Amino acid sequence: MNHGWTGKVIKVDLTAGTISTLRPSAELYRKFIGGKGLAGHFLRPCITLPWDHPDMPILLFTGPLVGTAAPTSGRSTVMSRSPLTGTVADCSVGGRLGFQLKRAGWDGIIITGRSPFPRSLEIDNDAVRLVDATAHWGATTDVVFAELGDGGRSVAAVGPAAENGVAFASLMVDRHHAAGRTGIGCCFAAKRLKYLAIHGTNRVPVFDRGELLAAREEIMRLTAASPVLMGQQGFSCFGTGSIYDLMDSRRMMPTDNFRKTHFDRAGELNAHAYREAYLPVKHGCMGCHIRCKKIAGRGKRKGASMPEFETMSHFTALLGNTDMELVMEANRVCNLYGMDTISTAATLACYREISGETDLSPHLLRLLHETGTGSTSLGRELGKGSRALARDHGKPTASMAVKGLELPAYDPRGAYGMSLAYALSTRGGCHLRAYPVSHEILRKPVATDRFTFSGKARIIKIAEDQNGVVDSLTACKFIFFAAGLEEYARAYTAVTGVASSAQDLLEIGERIYYQERIMNARNGFSAADDDLPARFFEEAGSGGTAVPIGPLDRRAFLEARAKYYRIRGLDENGLPTEEKIRQLGLEENERAG
Amino acid sequence: MKELVDKYAGKMIAAGLAADPLVCGLDDEIVWNRADERQSVLEPVLEDMRSNSLICAAPAEPYQTIIRFLAARGPGPVTPRDCETRTFLHDLPVSRSFTPGAILEHLKKRKSVIVTGSGGVQVVAFGTVSPEQAFVTFSSVCFSCFVLFFSDYLARVRAGTATAEEHDAFARARSLLPAPRQSPPELKTGPFAGAAQVTEAMIEAGRLTVEYGLVDSYFGNISYRLHDTVFISQTGSSLDELAGCIDPCPLDGSSTTGITASSELAAHTTIYLRTPSRAILHGHPKFTVILSMDCEMTNCPDRDRCHIRCPRERFIEDIPIVPGEVGTGPTGLCHTLPPAVRERRGAVVWGHGLFTVGTVDFNEPFRGLLEIENMCREKYFEAVRQAGRETTTAGR
Repeated sequence: MNHGWTGKVIKVDLTAGTISTLRPSAELYRKFIGGKGLAGHFLRPCITLPWDHPDMPILLFTGPLVGTAAPTSGRSTVMSRSPLTGTVADCSVGGRLGFQLKRAGWDGIIITGRSPFPRSLEIDNDAVRLVDATAHWGATTDVVFAELGDGGRSVAAVGPAAENGVAFASLMVDRHHAAGRTGIGCCFAAKRLKYLAIHGTNRVPVFDRGELLAAREEIMRLTAASPVLMGQQGFSCFGTGSIYDLMDSRRMMPTDNFRKTHFDRAGELNAHAYREAYLPVKHGCMGCHIRCKKIAGRGKRKGASMPEFETMSHFTALLGNTDMELVMEANRVCNLYGMDTISTAATLACYREISGETDLSPHLLRLLHETGTGSTSLGRELGKGSRALARDHGKPTASMAVKGLELPAYDPRGAYGMSLAYALSTRGGCHLRAYPVSHEILRKPVATDRFTFSGKARIIKIAEDQNGVVDSLTACKFIFFAAGLEEYARAYTAVTGVASSAQDLLEIGERIYYQERIMNARNGFSAADDDLPARFFEEAGSGGTAVPIGPLDRRAFLEARAKYYRIRGLDENGLPTEEKIRQLGLEENERAG
Repeated sequence: MKELVDKYAGKMIAAGLAADPLVCGLDDEIVWNRADERQSVLEPVLEDMRSNSLICAAPAEPYQTIIRFLAARGPGPVTPRDCETRTFLHDLPVSRSFTPGAILEHLKKRKSVIVTGSGGVQVVAFGTVSPEQAFVTFSSVCFSCFVLFFSDYLARVRAGTATAEEHDAFARARSLLPAPRQSPPELKTGPFAGAAQVTEAMIEAGRLTVEYGLVDSYFGNISYRLHDTVFISQTGSSLDELAGCIDPCPLDGSSTTGITASSELAAHTTIYLRTPSRAILHGHPKFTVILSMDCEMTNCPDRDRCHIRCPRERFIEDIPIVPGEVGTGPTGLCHTLPPAVRERRGAVVWGHGLFTVGTVDFNEPFRGLLEIENMCREKYFEAVRQAGRETTTAGR
């Protein structure tokens, strides 16, 4: 335990106001690595509790590569049970949060209980303390960052949206980053925890520095060779918004609440247009050389976070908005209140469809304020998310979500692997669990036919396992457009001294992901939940003459899903089997739960 | 899946990589291109791997002779120094046993393994999303070993250290080389007036570049400037299958649709902006790559960093050789290539490949690619002859 990991985890009981130290075994670290893997291990025994039960933990874990020279490895995973979906809720988050936690000498934090008054957790190396946050309760995140975000600290804070019970409230990190999805911010507010402020000064010991630098060189070389990451039209130059044009040209830009897949004003609202208007500068997470985050560099928006691709797309095409400045303001407001931009926009698109309003733009900002503050009945309705909104209005099909989590900005009718990835994701409508856009659209590691289900079940399973590892190491998924576990296994071994290979890590990834299936199954999730909104099977997209976008073939989809279950070692209802649980060494914690 | 498996088995044969490849794809069941007794060894490998495809084949000649020699030279993996290996493969592990355990030991860490046996060598490679990955890896192994074998031989003959086995392997490999193509094809003539004409010309030139053996299917790239738009092959596209794989990229950057364009888009764009070129063709002709790596300055302080830091101005006749890695990093070829091709017909990137340019259509760059490779081939064997004579004289 002398390399990579610190061997120490902070335990915080907010009810009692106590802080203690947990020292997980070396075996546990090797079995789950860190990040998402370790967080899942500690979440599992409590997973059947209501999301806001005092004993339901919030887990923040780094991985062994954090704080080392391994590229893009400054991240961490936040996990709990989702107030929006009821599934496991985990977010990989960047900024400096994981880096500072690790440098402070900790691999993770387990937070339980419910404070009788607003509190915050401040960590400065070994000094860990709870502080009264009454004065900050109700403050927007920018206020918290302005007051606390100096001195090299990393600060993660929830905004008023979480405090007001918005089910898709986010946790904002270091002003520009977000643990955005599944309502993780709400979990903090339920415990009356306003922010984390972390500062560390310790170096992370590395087992073999020479080997790590060699692995780093391999990874950096592959990154430089990646047009998606480092090309002149790629993420490093334009941010994630660089795929905005591509999604529209491939006819898979969700438009008018997924009723169309092509937005005829997309050419005016692309990454180039933002560059012309705001002259964004590069910003990145700790330890990342890609620096895909962009900050406005001029004008009245100078210093503001530029919207990510999902925000650009959903706040334009999905809602029918053509005002770029309105997108910038919507992004700012969502960040101040602490709301996931994907779920926010998608819930508004659902509302637009239900209400029949043709143009939300004139009062979009008012709706965002009402949602974040819960100041009107409509705002409170919107704050429950699209599934509840659509159900309460008798139009459940207007919610474009999986397991209650609103879908991101890739229409699955244009990439069949994406349809499986959405349906099977353990946290609901998420593109990042398997991210088949990588090969179906971005051609990495090689291109696959986006209009077939053939082979996709296994591809999705392998990708989920891989990303389970990535979120446990904890690195950035984007770099896997270029590098692979082959190179990261070398880095892992160099950092920890634990002999490993790409395939060894994938086996751990399979364990990590299967554990999430176990947790969801214990809360009643089954094949019925591994499904897509009916619209995708019934309505065609907006194909051009060269690229027809038809509805998904439901029978082919179900056949592919059944194949996935067999490959994943689930029964035909999508439920875990005893045999697979034993095979993956997951039975012990199952009994503990 | 069967269709994909058969496609890549066919491409292996057509590319001259293997005569009877065994290819499989895996979703919930394994699909083979044909029945073969080796399946009893390979299926347990697949069961223990998180993969979706696998290729196992004895490389065709001359690769068989070359890889067998390099693998026997051991111990340890084969370690070519060309760009493909350095960037993507790292090294080529060797197994002495065709058993599930021995194959797995290496495939858990690397994309391929060379397996030696009394009947010759086989290469096993796998993919995680498509048999195409395994095909690409197999092809890269053959290319890298070819370059390493002929590079090493020249160096050893010069140094007087080539063994009898090496001379024999060289003679055999040389005798098995296909005869060089001499006459370039007649390609569509430009200048081209519209996007349809451009893509048709690119598809034709790409296909023939592969057919003439000037690049392995998967590698290389091609582009054409039409007014203020660069049409360029997509990243990871096969030059012999470019239909639907060409991105139009406006030079003013007003669209980022070209995010899927070749990793060399930046280099192509700079060449178009700084020279009158209208067409660029990039292949990996083997003897050009070999000669680019042939440097007699064995005491050079940058000997192990030639690919990024070669301090000398080097030429093969009129063709400059420049360092540079794939892509846009600080040591990327996007910085070194554009100035090198100015007022020239092309330039070689060290250990990587050849870029040729034309001002009208692809006839000029294709002819350049072919002529330069044939010239390099002649020069290589002349260098071997010369080195052999000098060694013999010195030994007297």
